[in-house]
Amino acid sequence: MDWISLLLVPAIKSLVVVVALLTGFAYLSYVERKLVARFQVRYGPNRAGPFGILQPISDALKMVFKEEIVPLNVDHVVYLLSPALTVMPALVIWAVIPVSGASFTLFGQTITPYVSDVNVGLLYILAIASLATYGIVLAGWSSNNKYSLLGALRTSSQMLSYELPMGITLVSVLLIAGSLSLVDIVQAQRGVWFALLQPIGFIIYFICGLAEAGRSPFDLPETENELVSGFATEYGGIKFALFFMGEYIHMITISALATTFFLGGWYGPFVNQIPVLGLVYFLIKVAFMIFLIVWIRASLPRIRYDKLMHFCWKFLLPLSLLNLVVTAVVLVLVG
Amino acid sequence: MPVDQIVKTVVFVIFTVMTLGGGLGVVVSPRIFHSALFLVLSFAGVVGYYVLLDAGFLAAVQLLIYIGAIAILILFAIMLSRGLMAERQSQSNQQWWIAALVALLIFVVLAAVLWRVDWPVASQQALASPSNAISQEGSQLGRDLLGPYVIPFEVASVLLLVALIGAVILARETES
Repeated sequence: MDWISLLLVPAIKSLVVVVALLTGFAYLSYVERKLVARFQVRYGPNRAGPFGILQPISDALKMVFKEEIVPLNVDHVVYLLSPALTVMPALVIWAVIPVSGASFTLFGQTITPYVSDVNVGLLYILAIASLATYGIVLAGWSSNNKYSLLGALRTSSQMLSYELPMGITLVSVLLIAGSLSLVDIVQAQRGVWFALLQPIGFIIYFICGLAEAGRSPFDLPETENELVSGFATEYGGIKFALFFMGEYIHMITISALATTFFLGGWYGPFVNQIPVLGLVYFLIKVAFMIFLIVWIRASLPRIRYDKLMHFCWKFLLPLSLLNLVVTAVVLVLVG
Repeated sequence: MPVDQIVKTVVFVIFTVMTLGGGLGVVVSPRIFHSALFLVLSFAGVVGYYVLLDAGFLAAVQLLIYIGAIAILILFAIMLSRGLMAERQSQSNQQWWIAALVALLIFVVLAAVLWRVDWPVASQQALASPSNAISQEGSQLGRDLLGPYVIPFEVASVLLLVALIGAVILARETES
């Protein structure tokens, strides 16, 4: 193995993915504000540039140039570490997501449409997703503020709880696909999307995804009416923007995983004849899922915290277990 | 030296620093919350070792269980039982040298065992196609757990169930 294929190609691919996600985050915040405004019969941002498309850039500049405020009695290292730890898992998951079906050759190097096809891709995703709790727990603790701590405890227990039904649902997907590799899972959906074979699983996954990313109606992290701003209370400027970024990139990641596990990934009509269509189909499906998430945010009020936990442990978890058992039995019967 | 060997060596050194430095941090850090975080760093180094050894399944499970669950529980326990920012406290007392001696003895015994045992190594063909080896690793693990090792597996499940019910009973409010 030479150093180009070992180091340079993965590094460039990672860079492309990260830059695409950060740009995606910036414009997702714009698209969400526009969409929510339209749902509420408003205009949304429309001053910076035509249709307000320069809004994300001016927001970013504003965030970067804000005064750097660090409260007096915080735990410095941990306080500065936690915003980064919130963004990191959502970005790192993308290492195993295949965005297209076809490899291509550039300068004599075969470029695969993913950074790495890990054999235990699904386990990798669950493992990395479980790290997302750290940023929040550490932010809540290091801020030395009771609202931050309460918000962090609440948010992290929400995330830990919803990881369970999500994991069990993905096991059903794994049973049908017969492989932990994400490329194999998408290829197993060449004929039928898993959303049709696993309708209940898809819905459970989607609900848990909303809860994992802290999106409405599960946006308990930001219950400003009771917890000021939850774990992010003591953060401002670019550090707050990082938490914000974490939430939005998480949303993109959840949508991309839903596409990969349930909506057939890059598959669509004529994808075998024109391979570049794979990327287009993938992006369209991800965009559709994101639209769905924004739509839900514009439509539903926030759930009360105890109801949220009841819903997870007394409804979603048994349902996902039942779904798993039924899937396993049917698979054995069908052969 | 081929380039992948160099990369592996560099990465190995980084993970070793993480594992040992994290372990040292657990022992000497004056704040217990920081100790827990250093423990996470140490666990992360071990994940790296598994990846270097081509044991992807073990690496993911280590990350999922040790870092994603156990360390988080430890952090929760500290956050719920100590003050918001607990005072600095000494990590050692006058018996520290006994503990150091015991640790050294354990290290000597483990090193001797590791040195002497003739460890089975996978054949070159199996290593040549790692994807094959790993997908078999997972399914073989499943077959073994429900085949020859089904009784220890079930005993462990019963033990976990007992612990689960015990925790619920201990944590439940007494009706009075």
